[in-house]
Amino acid sequence: METTKYLKSLLTPKGKKQESAVMAQSLQSQENTKYVLETKGLGIYYGDFQAVTSVNMPIKRHKITAIIGPSGCGKSTLLRAFNRMNELSPGTRIEGEVLFEGENLYDPTVDPVEVRYRIGMVFQKPNPFPKSVYENIAWGARIHGFKGNMDELVESCLLQAALWDEVKDKLKQSGLALSGGQQQRLCIARALAVQPEVILMDEPASALDPIATLKIEELMQELKKNYTIVIVTHNMQQAARASDYTAMMMLTDRQTRSGTVIEYDDTRVIFTNPKDKRTEDYVTGRFG
Amino acid sequence: MKEKLVNPNYNVNINGRRRNGSIWRWVLQLSTVVGIIALITLLLNIINGAFGYAVLEARVDPATLAVDGVPLEEQSKEQLMSVLQSNISSAAFKKLESDQPFAERSRANVYQLVIERIVKYDIKASWQLWDSLTRANEIKATAAQEYPSAQLRFISWFTSDFVSRPQSSEALTAGVRTAILGSLWTILFTILLAFPLGVGAAIYLEEYATDNSLNRLIQTNINNLAGVPSIVYGILGLAIFVRALEALTSGEIFGVVDPTTANGRTVLAAGLTLGLLVLPIIIINAQEAIRAVPQSLRKASYGLGATKWQTVWSHVLPNALSGILTGTILAISRAIGETAPLVVVGASTAISFDPSSPFSKFTTLPIQIYQWTSRPQDEFRALAAASILVLLVVLLSLNASAVLLRNRFSRKY
Repeated sequence: METTKYLKSLLTPKGKKQESAVMAQSLQSQENTKYVLETKGLGIYYGDFQAVTSVNMPIKRHKITAIIGPSGCGKSTLLRAFNRMNELSPGTRIEGEVLFEGENLYDPTVDPVEVRYRIGMVFQKPNPFPKSVYENIAWGARIHGFKGNMDELVESCLLQAALWDEVKDKLKQSGLALSGGQQQRLCIARALAVQPEVILMDEPASALDPIATLKIEELMQELKKNYTIVIVTHNMQQAARASDYTAMMMLTDRQTRSGTVIEYDDTRVIFTNPKDKRTEDYVTGRFG
Repeated sequence: MKEKLVNPNYNVNINGRRRNGSIWRWVLQLSTVVGIIALITLLLNIINGAFGYAVLEARVDPATLAVDGVPLEEQSKEQLMSVLQSNISSAAFKKLESDQPFAERSRANVYQLVIERIVKYDIKASWQLWDSLTRANEIKATAAQEYPSAQLRFISWFTSDFVSRPQSSEALTAGVRTAILGSLWTILFTILLAFPLGVGAAIYLEEYATDNSLNRLIQTNINNLAGVPSIVYGILGLAIFVRALEALTSGEIFGVVDPTTANGRTVLAAGLTLGLLVLPIIIINAQEAIRAVPQSLRKASYGLGATKWQTVWSHVLPNALSGILTGTILAISRAIGETAPLVVVGASTAISFDPSSPFSKFTTLPIQIYQWTSRPQDEFRALAAASILVLLVVLLSLNASAVLLRNRFSRKY
């Protein structure tokens, strides 16, 4: 009896067991709630400075949620709190909770590496690795122990990122040799390769021309079938065009320079019939 | 161009700004030129010393050593051996036989022995290259007048023989093989110690260490250590590697007790001392290179769920490698040229045995140069000049191979 137990424990590696437990839990909560992420009383500090104050914001599964607002109101800071990227800059801390599938991401037992593995990120400036197009995508999968057919994975990620036709003949070329728009889609493909559940995008089109921007937006519509997307944008037309839900952020007052979400609703409501006067001023271009 | 109507609050003065710029340009150019002139002068000075006329007086005229009309230069090994045997004492001949059996010696070696032991050229006077070229006739006249029995020869001290011969107390037969091998052995241990430790410390300090007072103290200390005079490291090396760790550096604990070993004053001790000397330089340079890797690359890696080590290994290090190697090249170049710490650690001044293991006695090129420049005879200064040329060649070829290595690694996609 003891021996079989011991053998079984050998056969199921510890990490695997934990992971499957987490997976089961998340599957269960998927049925219970349509919210993937939810912040509760979230405040974010850089040292003594409070950048974001009391944000309560649920994020729906398989929808695109946009965060808009004037510069310096903490949009990117809030976004980075969703996969604990803020922690990379020293002196950052948070108060409140960020729930991912009902579990607090900031619980001491949660490993930030697993958080970032399940909640991927695309940055403002395209930042492909100085490696080949192929390696850019394969690397992420490889570090997470991908054992399947790498060529197929690379192809499917590039197809999903609408980049395959443009790069299929230059997979061995540097990712840095692509154009800005292609680089950004490569970064999206790279994020897809580790199969995250949520993709965070921090102004992904701000460095791109209108055509490349449009491509990214179309891509987002494709991706939301399988992924939940949260996007920060400066571009109100983009939020109006591409998102399902919009959160409007603004500084709470000029003294503390701390930002918060002042209104969060269906995108159509935010752009046509906002409840808050400040949102109306902003989206109609009378402010900021 | 038609003159623009100028707001009196502006003093545009384009010509003045241009003039100012061109003055600075001249100053900058001048400093470059001064530097280059200094380097060229140095090189010419060395070359000047490494070649030139010398008056050689043979104690025994080689012509008298001809056997059956065959001059010395054309004799076979056996003939040369018999010449040797008949001109030196049998005890001396036996000593040579026991150093290395004649059966194993080459003809060139035996010829060398005949020249060294019997002919015994003596340098009566020597001139540098510049004088030899410009005052050749005058030199020839002086030589003929003052040393009628001697021959005047144009000698290149920097030859392949000079590189391949071991050390000797005779200027004409002295070489730098021992010193070259000593330098290479020493540098090997310097690299083995300093490169992994230095890069490791740099990675820790840049990627892992948090910004607390202890780590700031460590950082400050490393920066200061890079400026500590090398002789101090020599004293440190003497205390630690030669004295305290004698059992290790003399090879005692490995059971390798070489009869030529002198109480831990070995290649290993010297290499480790130089390793300590360049360690801070390598750390600082590697830190600089690691810091230059863009933060966006680290973020991209973390964003994919990579751990810190995966990020460092796959992205930070490959992108910092060329910078790290550049810093290491500079540090190793410095180590090759160091003399003072090795004098303290106990480099041998005169050994004719090649270093053959980490536990051998050693001398290095800079030590050899220092040694020869402090001799009173002119011809040893010529030898020193020739060994400086050898040192430069060794240095440049080591650097060139390091640069090739670096270019291989820094080949970006």
